[in-house]
Amino acid sequence: MTELDISAGNKKISKSALAGMQARSVHAWQPVGGHLITKPFLVLAALALTGVILMLYRYAAGLGAVTNLSDGYPWGIWITYDVLVGTALGCGGYAVAILVYAFNRWEYHPVVRSAVLTSVFGYSLAGLAIFLDIGRYWNGYKLFLPWTVNFNSVLVEVALCIAAYVVVLWIELLPTLMERYPENARAVATRQRLERWLPVIAAVGILLPTMHQSSLGTLMIIAGYKLSPLWQTQLLPLFFLLSAVTMGFAVTAFESILSSLAFKRPYETPMLGRLSVCMAWVTAVYLVIRFADLLIRQAPVFTSGFQSVMLIVENLLYLVPVLLLVSPGLRRDLRFLFLAAVSMLLAGSLYRFDAFLIGYSPGPGWHYFPATAEILITLGIVALELMAYLYFVKRFPVLPAAHS
Amino acid sequence: MGLSRRDFLKAAAGGGLALASNLSPAPVLAREPVPRLPDALGILYDATLCIGCKACMAACKKANNLPPELCTPDSLWDDPVDLSAKTVNIIKLYKNGTGLAKDQEINGYSFIRQFCMHCVDPSCVSACPVSALTKDQQTGLVRYDKDNCIGCRYCQVACPYNIPKFQWDQAFPQIVKCQLCDHLIAQGGYSACCEFCPTGASIFGNVQHLREEAHRRLSFKPGEFAEYPLHRVESRHTTRRQATPYLNHVFGEREGGGTQVLMLANVPFNKLGFPLLPPESQASRSETLYHTLYKGMILPYVLLGGLFYLIYKNTTGHDLP
Repeated sequence: MTELDISAGNKKISKSALAGMQARSVHAWQPVGGHLITKPFLVLAALALTGVILMLYRYAAGLGAVTNLSDGYPWGIWITYDVLVGTALGCGGYAVAILVYAFNRWEYHPVVRSAVLTSVFGYSLAGLAIFLDIGRYWNGYKLFLPWTVNFNSVLVEVALCIAAYVVVLWIELLPTLMERYPENARAVATRQRLERWLPVIAAVGILLPTMHQSSLGTLMIIAGYKLSPLWQTQLLPLFFLLSAVTMGFAVTAFESILSSLAFKRPYETPMLGRLSVCMAWVTAVYLVIRFADLLIRQAPVFTSGFQSVMLIVENLLYLVPVLLLVSPGLRRDLRFLFLAAVSMLLAGSLYRFDAFLIGYSPGPGWHYFPATAEILITLGIVALELMAYLYFVKRFPVLPAAHS
Repeated sequence: MGLSRRDFLKAAAGGGLALASNLSPAPVLAREPVPRLPDALGILYDATLCIGCKACMAACKKANNLPPELCTPDSLWDDPVDLSAKTVNIIKLYKNGTGLAKDQEINGYSFIRQFCMHCVDPSCVSACPVSALTKDQQTGLVRYDKDNCIGCRYCQVACPYNIPKFQWDQAFPQIVKCQLCDHLIAQGGYSACCEFCPTGASIFGNVQHLREEAHRRLSFKPGEFAEYPLHRVESRHTTRRQATPYLNHVFGEREGGGTQVLMLANVPFNKLGFPLLPPESQASRSETLYHTLYKGMILPYVLLGGLFYLIYKNTTGHDLP
C-alpha cells in the first residue's frame, strides 16, 4: 500500500466515523448558561480559599503541622479520600466509555461528556493531592526518569498510569471545549483530527484506569499483616477494579440526577435505569467473589471488633443497589435509582477507606484520625472540583441538550 | 442496537484474561525467594546478655549525628520512648507481673532492641518507587538516598517492623533509618552500637558467622560457663559467664524471608513487640502478583489491542481495513 493510499484510507475512515457517530447518536449537548457567581459558588470559593491557605502553610511548616499523620499511619485521608475515592469518583468516564465504545451501547452516549468532565477534575485534583502529600515533591520528576524508577514498585505503575490518564482525560475533554468556538477554523480542525483518533484515545482511556485502579489494590499487598485479613487478599486488584467500575456507573447516575435537579432539566430516567442495572450486575459479581474469598480464607468476619462492623456495613451498602434494582418497578422510579447510586458510592468509598485506613493497623499504640486542617484541605480540593464543574457545564456544551 | 454475542466474546477475551490471571489460585510464576548474600553483614542481639545500659543508643546518636530527644518536662536527657526520625536504635523493656526475674516471660522482664533488621528481601526496597532505598549487592545493607526520595512514605506502609521514620516537623523532610553505620564500615570500622556494647549483647559480623554463633549459644546448657565474644563475632576478646536459658528460636533466620539482624531471647518475640511473620517476604508476595499481571506487558497490550479493535468497529461501523 502506498502512502497516498493510506492517507486516502484515513480520510474515508474519518468520514465514515463521523457518519457512524451521527447515525448512532442523534443528540447534542449544550451549555446550561446562567450566572456563574451564585451563592453556592461563593460558599465553595470560601472553602477553596481556606484550603489553599492551609496548603501554603503545609509547604512552609511541614506535613506534621497540618496533619495527624504519623510513622504508624503514614497515609491518611489525602491518599484515602482524595486519591483513592477521588479517582474512583472519577471513573464515570471510564465506566461509560466501556459501555459506549467497547460494548457499542450508544444509548449512553449523551452522558459521556459530563462523565468525562467529572473524571477530568477527579483525577486532576487527585494529582494535586499527591503533590501535597509527598514530602519531597521537588524530587517528583524522578518518577519519570528510567534510571531511578524501580519497576518492582507497584506505586510506580499507579503514579505513571494516573499521570498518563490525566493527560488522556484532558484530550478526551478537548472536543467539548473546541465545540464552544464553531467559527474558529483551528478549533474545528483540531476537533476533526481528534475524532479521527477516537478509537486510539478511547482504547487508551479504557486501558489506563483498568491498570491503575487494579494496581491501587495491589499497593496494599506489601503491607502484609498490617492490613486485616478481612481486606488483605491476593484479589485486592480485582476488587479495586470492580469497585472502580461500579462507582463509575453510580457517580454518572448520581451526577445526572443532581444536575437535572439543580439546573431544572428533564430527568434521563429510562437510560439511568438501564445504567443502574449494569451497575447492579457488576456489584453482584463483586459480592459473590468477595464472599467466596472471605469464606475460603476463613477470614475472621465476625470477630474483628470495629473492623467487623465496618466490613458488614460496607457489604450491606453494596447489597442495597443489587436488591433495589432486581425489581423492574423500582428501576423506573428515580428516587430508588438515586438511592441505589448513593448507596453504591458509599459502599465503594467505605471499601477503599477500609482497605487503606480502617483495616490498617501498624501495631499497638498507633492511632489516626484526620486533623481539622487536613480535613479542610480535602474540603478545599472538593470545593475546587465543584467550582470547576459548575463553570464548565454553564459555559461549555457538556450536558445533553434538553429534550423538547 | 445492543451488543452482539460475537462482540461480547471479543471484549471479554481481553478482560477475561486479566481476570483469569487474577483469579488463578496459584500465581503463574512465583518469584524465587531471595538467597542470603555470602558477604552479608549484620548484628546478633542477645537479650539475655543485655543489661539495658543504653550505651548502644548513645553511641548510635553520636556516630550518626542524630539530635537528642527530650521527652521529660525538664528536657535534660536524651530519653526517647520509641523509634523516630531522631532515634534509629532503641532499647525497650518487657515487663510482666512482679517483673523480678530477668528473661522470664511470667513475673519477669526482658530487654529488647529495635532497629532496622536489614531484611534479606526488604519490603521497603521493593516498595520504593524511585530507588531511594537500595540493598547493597555485597553487604546486603539497606541504604537510603535522600537525593532520589520523593517522600511518598510507601516504605513506611511496607516495612513489617515499622522502621523507616519520616521528619514530620520539617518543611524539607527526609526518611531516617539505621544503615548499620555503613559510613564507619567504609572506613574499616563497624557499627557503633556493637563497638560500645559492654556485655556482648550486640555483636557485629558476617551473617553466616552470626548464625553459627547464635546456634552455638542455643546449644549451651543453662548454668554451664561459656565464652561470649565482645563487639565482633570473630573477636578473641570474650566475656565468660553462666549461660541462661534461651527460647529455641533465632529471630530473623526465616521471618519474612529472613533478616541480617538476628535476635536471641528467652521471652517470645511477639511479646517483645515483633510481628509473627510467615517465611515468605511481603516483597515477594507483592512482586509475584504484580509481575504476574504485568509480565512482558502482555496483558495490557492484549487488552489495548482488543479495545482498539472493538472501538474502531463500533465507531466506524467497519471492520479493521
